[in-house]
This record gives sequence, C-alpha cells and structure tokens, in this order.
Amino acid sequence: MSYDAKFKVWRGDADGGTLEDYTVEVNEGEVVLDIIHRLQATQTPDLAVRWNCKAGKCGSCSAEINGKPRLLCMTRMSTFTEEQTITVTPLRTFPVMRDLVTDVSFNYQKAREVQAFSPPADLQPGEYRMQQVDVERSQEFRKCIECFLCQDVCHVVRDHEDNKPAFAGPRFLMRVAELDMHPLDTADRRPAAREEHGLGMCNITKCCTEVCPEHIKITDNALIPLKERVVDRHYDPVVWLGNKIRRRGA
Amino acid sequence: MTDLERHEYDVIVIGAGGAGLRAAIEAREQGLRTAVICKSLFGKAHTVMAEGGIAASMGNANAKDNWQTHFRDTMRGGKFLNNPRMAELHAKEAPMRVWELETYGALFDRTPDGKISQRNFGGHEYPRLAHVGDRTGLELIRTLQQKIVSLQQDDHRETGDYESRLRVFAELTVTDILKGDDGAVSGAFGYWRETGGFVLFSAPAVILATGGIGKSFKVTSNSWEYTGDGHALALRAGASLINMEFIQFHPTGMVWPPSVKGILVTESVRGDGGVLRNSEDKRFMFDYVPDVFRGQYADTEEEADRWYKDPENNKRPPELLPRDEVARAINSEVKEGRGSPHGGVFLDVSTRLPAEEITRRLPSMHHQFKELADVDITAEPMEVGPTCHYVMGGVEVDADTAATSVPGLYAAGEVAGGMHGSNRLGGNSLSDLLVFGRRAGVGAAEYIAALGDSRPAIRDVDIDRSTETALAPFRDASENPYTLHSELQQKMNDLVGIIRREEEVREALEMLDGLDERAESVGVEGNRPFNPGWHLALDLRNMLAVCRCVALAALERTESRGGHTREDFPGMDPQWRGVNLICTLDDTGTVQLKRQPVPEIRQDLLELFERTELSKYLTEPELSRLDAGSAESAQGSEQS
Repeated sequence: MSYDAKFKVWRGDADGGTLEDYTVEVNEGEVVLDIIHRLQATQTPDLAVRWNCKAGKCGSCSAEINGKPRLLCMTRMSTFTEEQTITVTPLRTFPVMRDLVTDVSFNYQKAREVQAFSPPADLQPGEYRMQQVDVERSQEFRKCIECFLCQDVCHVVRDHEDNKPAFAGPRFLMRVAELDMHPLDTADRRPAAREEHGLGMCNITKCCTEVCPEHIKITDNALIPLKERVVDRHYDPVVWLGNKIRRRGA
Repeated sequence: MTDLERHEYDVIVIGAGGAGLRAAIEAREQGLRTAVICKSLFGKAHTVMAEGGIAASMGNANAKDNWQTHFRDTMRGGKFLNNPRMAELHAKEAPMRVWELETYGALFDRTPDGKISQRNFGGHEYPRLAHVGDRTGLELIRTLQQKIVSLQQDDHRETGDYESRLRVFAELTVTDILKGDDGAVSGAFGYWRETGGFVLFSAPAVILATGGIGKSFKVTSNSWEYTGDGHALALRAGASLINMEFIQFHPTGMVWPPSVKGILVTESVRGDGGVLRNSEDKRFMFDYVPDVFRGQYADTEEEADRWYKDPENNKRPPELLPRDEVARAINSEVKEGRGSPHGGVFLDVSTRLPAEEITRRLPSMHHQFKELADVDITAEPMEVGPTCHYVMGGVEVDADTAATSVPGLYAAGEVAGGMHGSNRLGGNSLSDLLVFGRRAGVGAAEYIAALGDSRPAIRDVDIDRSTETALAPFRDASENPYTLHSELQQKMNDLVGIIRREEEVREALEMLDGLDERAESVGVEGNRPFNPGWHLALDLRNMLAVCRCVALAALERTESRGGHTREDFPGMDPQWRGVNLICTLDDTGTVQLKRQPVPEIRQDLLELFERTELSKYLTEPELSRLDAGSAESAQGSEQS
C-alpha cells in the first residue's frame, strides 16, 4: 500500500530559492498536503506551508502542483502514478514570503475596494423577504472559499504585474456580480465594475472557472452576465463578439 | 528590545472566527479602537467548518417555536449543567443576531414566503437552524468579514485610512496576556508568523475568542489552530477554566481514508433524513434512547419516518438524539463487532432522498466524499465514527458581560465555558458566537468607559519574560515538537477520549508529567521567519496545560454526563449536576482543581419544565425548594 514518492518542493524566500528533491513515504488515501506534513515532521521541520481545515473548506493551502493551481488538501496522491515526480511550487502571481507561502495581501486590498452591501435604508432586521430562486444566483458565488486560485491563474495579472492596480481579478469581479444580483442591494455597481475593477480587461478565457475547487461557474454565471449588464451602459468588444458568435452558432 | 513593534488600542480581540469578528464589530460600533488578531489569514478561521446552521427560535418553519422552547432544549442537551443565565440570554437574543446578519449581506436559504428557512437538528424540538445548504459557517464568516470591511470603508471615507479604527492583524500569534501592577489587563505580546518579529499591544481590554482545543486529540474535526491558546492564556493570566472534562465527540466524522479520518460529516445529513445502520443493516439508534429522553423519541422506524412529514403527530427519530448519545451508541456498536469495514457505522441518505435533493441540500458533503473518499453519497452509504469536535468547558465568564475574573479580560465563543453545560446541541455554537461575541464587545466598552484615563501600564519585566519564553525553543536540544505533539494526541485519544476510566486517566496524567518535562528540551531548527516547527513548539505548552485540566477534571467527576463518560461510573448523578469543576494555576504554575456550585436556575426558568422531567435531573432538596417556590408564587399570584 505504501510507496516512496519523489517530490520537488520549492524552498526559498523573496530573495530567491530552488526546487529541492525529497523522497517521502505515501500511504493509501493520502493527499499532497499529507505528504508536505510528513516532510515537515520527518525531514524539513521548517518547511513553510499554509493550511487550516484540510477539507477543502477554508482555501488556505493553495499552491501549484506540477504547474497547476490546486488546493494541497484536495489533491489526492492517487491521481499520480507511483513513478511520477510531483513538483510543488508557491502561487506564481503573488510575491513569495517563504517556501510555499505567498503574500496574498493583493486580494485583501481588492476586497476593500468593492463597495459593501447596501440594503434599503428603511428595512429593519427581521423584515428581509427574498425568494429562494432570487438568492440562488448570488449564493453560488458565496460558495467561494477565497483560495485565490482564480486570481493566481488569471493571465491578466499572472505575468503582468503592471495590470494589478487596475484589475480586481475574477474573485472580486464575482463579488461585484454577487452584490449586483443580491435581491435587496440598492447600489448601481456597473460604473465601478468597469472603471475601478477593470471588468473590461477580462476576456473570458475561463481559466478561473477551470481551477475553482468549488466548481463555481465564475465566467459564465458571474463575469459574462456582469459584462452584459455593464454593456447596457457602455460598449465592450468582448461581449459584442461573444454575442455575435453565439448568435451565429444558434 | 530593538525589534519590538508596538501598537496601542482600546481593545484587542484574539481570534477572528465568529465570536471574535462579532466582538470586534461591536467594539468598533461602540466607538473603540479595535484590533483583531488571528493566527491564520483573515476569513480562514475554524468557523468556516460549521456546516449545519445557526439555532435561533425565529419560528419561520414552525410558529410554535419561541425562546422558552430553545432554552429548554439547550438545558436538556447540556443535562442541566449549563449556566442558566447564559442559556437564557442565548435563546432570547439569537433571532436578532441572525436577522442582523441579513443586514450585513448574508443570504440564507429561504422559506416559500421569503423568510429565512430553518432545518431540523439533533435535540431541537422544532426546525430551528438558519442555514445555507451545508456551508453555513462559511456564510457566517464571510458575512462578518465583509461587515468588518464595510466598517473599514466607512472609516476610510471619514479619515482616509481603512485601518484607523479597526485593524486585522493576520498570521500573528499571541503568546501572553500582560497585566499592570494592579492586576488588570494591560495588553498582549505576540509574534508575526511571517517574520517571527515580536509585537506588543497596549490595551486595557482583551477579548479571547480563540476557539477550542481539539488539536490535542488524534481524531478530530478541528484545524491546527485549535490548540487551546485562549484557554491557556486565560489560565496564565489568572482566570479560571470550568467544566474542562466535557468534550464533545461529534458522532459522525469520516473514518476512511486514514488521512481524512475525523473530518466532519454534518448532522444535517440526519436532520434531512439520513439514518444510521450497523453491519447487520439495523437502525440501531432505537436501542439507545436513554430514559431521560424516552417519550420524546420514536419507538419504531415507521413512526420515525412519519415524523419528517408530520412532526405534530409523531415522535422524532432517535438518530436526532443529542450528539453525546449518538456518539456513544456508535462507539458501542463498533466495539461489539457490528461496525463497518473501516471501523465506523453506516450513515445512509442515498435510500432516503432523491439524488438531486441530496446534492441540493448537502452539496459540500457530496463534494467532500466524492473528492476525498471516492464515495457517491447519492448512491451509497457513508462510513462514519466519532471525532473530537468541541469543548464545552472553557474560561469562566459572567453571563451578561463575558467578563472573566481578571479585570479587562473577556472571553466569548468556544473558548468560554458554561453556556452548553455538559453537551452542546448542534446549531447552538454559531448562535453562541454571535450572542456572546456581541456581549463581550459591549462588556469591554463599558469597562473601558468606567476606566477613564487610568489605563494599566505594561511592565518591562513582562516584556522581557515573554520574549525569553518565546525564544526558548531555539536552543540546542533534541526533542522534536512534532513527535511530542503526536504522542500527546494519541494518548489523549486513547486515555481521555470518548469513554474514560480511572486508571486510564491516571495514566494520562503521568504521561502529561513526562511530556511537560520533555517539552523543556524541545529544540527547533531554522530561523524565525515562518517556521512551523517553532510555532508548534510554542502552541505545545498551551496544549499541555489544557490537557492537564481536561484529565484532572475527568478524574474528579465520578459520574457520566454529556461529553464526559466514565465506564466505571456509568450513571448520571443528581449530586454532581450542581457541581462545576474549576481549574486555576497556583503561584508555581501548577494546575489546581476545585469544586464550585453551578449557578442556581431561577424559579421562572425551572417552571418552563414539567416536574417529572426535572425529577430526572435534580436532587430531592432541589425539588423541594422548587415545590416551595411554586407554591409561593401561586400564592403570590392569588393575592395580587
């Protein structure tokens, strides 16, 4: 049942680092995070990694496994062959702090820039009435565990540091969409989506949707509808093109 | 100290789960400059793991529900050892705390008339849990997190600085609470996990909201953060812990594969119709309804099944007994050889609900089993077994203000004790966090207002001592913190786990003596920046202190009640109902245990129960006092 796996783990800090080789025991049913923990307990007690719930619910243990953004706790070792070398590196889009831990403060800054929920001023606690069908759209986006894998993979910022100030990233554009679709939110979020959060920079390649561990349809259900709402006010070439293509296909 | 970073606040909240964030919101709204400190990133606290819901008697699903029935259920669940004032405040205030969340932007599942939907849960007489599928904890944490951001946006508009009144210090661990010359709180000392740099907070009030202690046990649903920090900080600051023997083993944790053993399977599975079966395909819970709950639970499968559709005319299925009962039942079934292949029992919802309904109501359970265990819960049963989930015991607090016995020190949420008595009902945790988190914020504000300008000063000698203690593990010593931790977890699980015996608990205490000694020579490699070995070495001293309290109290209480089961004293003893066990540290740092009466239950609260039910819990003298009191109040009402 057990075997020895070959791992390459990035070790280093802001000044640089390298991939280091390890051979480490793997048992049935384990996930990559188990192996990282075994490394800590037996070979490298100071290996830095973030984690919390180990059940895919908190979104702390984000990293890149063989180049793909993944949660360490939800990546089972059985998805690899016993011969395969597994490479674990920190999220590429954010500055490294140490080993697998990156500085994700970009995301917390972006969160602050999205105007908070704005309920009707005269509605008292206990008086909120909403239909299930109306809350479901936003509920899908509230499944987000803020692992920031979508932020990591998004090519608008992945290798373009200069785009960061003007672009909120899929997670926070989705937050704008969530509030926009909230049955009781009173704010008009369209101008900010375009002018402050950089919605126009998204060209719906769906990379974010592909890496979402919660399987939220970020592009189809949040970003495209938001673009369509914004386009009511402004021209967006991607939406225009998307509509053209869809119409032609139909 | 050249590398000491200093901050000054009115109030420091340690912990950023539900209780900590609700306390911080309240403190900030009361006008206090507030800091929230958390070991993890903001928004990752263990509250996200809560699945089922928030208990609050809003009466949306059954109009008969009210605070009195919620109070009754809570006291029954805790086997009448609860602090009755806490249980009362909790039941009364929970609905408003839930409605408030909607004003922050929470989106709960809805009833057909657009109100917050409420679901059934173990021990609750009516459908009472506000929920969002099975990810209610995530909704709670995100909602509170977003409310904090919203307050920061207000401050930004006013002052140009998001953090002028409310700042989150993420990935920072507090190692000591500091006190001034007069014994009142003066601040806190800690380190940034990222850099290892030390931080000193000056503040006259500290609110502990650090959660539980589950990481001291091998099989647990708790994350690495749950190392009993707040319990230990309070002890070392001179506060007392109560009821530490009461630990809740959630009946349904995953049992396979080994790497996910302990991860929670929500009680909603049973609330929504899931049933427990043994290897003989028998719904065994019918054999485990204890006397105190007879009459409230169904005797036959037919009646139990009818209850889901017609709760007015049928009794509840025994799968929905309080958690301690179900956990013990599963433990017995496995012990007697009727367990599942991997040492649990079967929890089946696949034959009870259509697949589509299961994925709608229990999406994260479906996801969790599919991804981690290759089990499709819409088509086959899950294997589940007990997992260490929650500590009922905690810091002794005043019910109304959440104040501890140390001036300026407050505690709310799981770290506080008393509210849940000997066993917590599912759903009562999230409501507890909100009700007492808010009350701690108010309590701290009142204390600070009364304090005026005379704030206790931090003593240099304390800074030196805290620094020295924190750096101690960087010594040339041979003990590995990971090894010590895993030994502690294994032994606590084996010796002070779900079923306890005198000789085993004594063995645990000896084991703790040995570990205490070895902890003196724990050495860590590497440097201070993000060094998990060092972090664990520091957390370890908290776990050791807390485990000693658990073991001492478990040895002392010679009865079985709620989350404390003594194989050698299997019965519940009314004499013990009135006794809280209190742990404090003496001058030499040794844990001392003493007995203290449970606060008396007010006459009007007692009268919410039938006398026949009370007679199962109370002693004869207590019952006579009750009768005398009832006669008096009856006479009083005749006269008026």
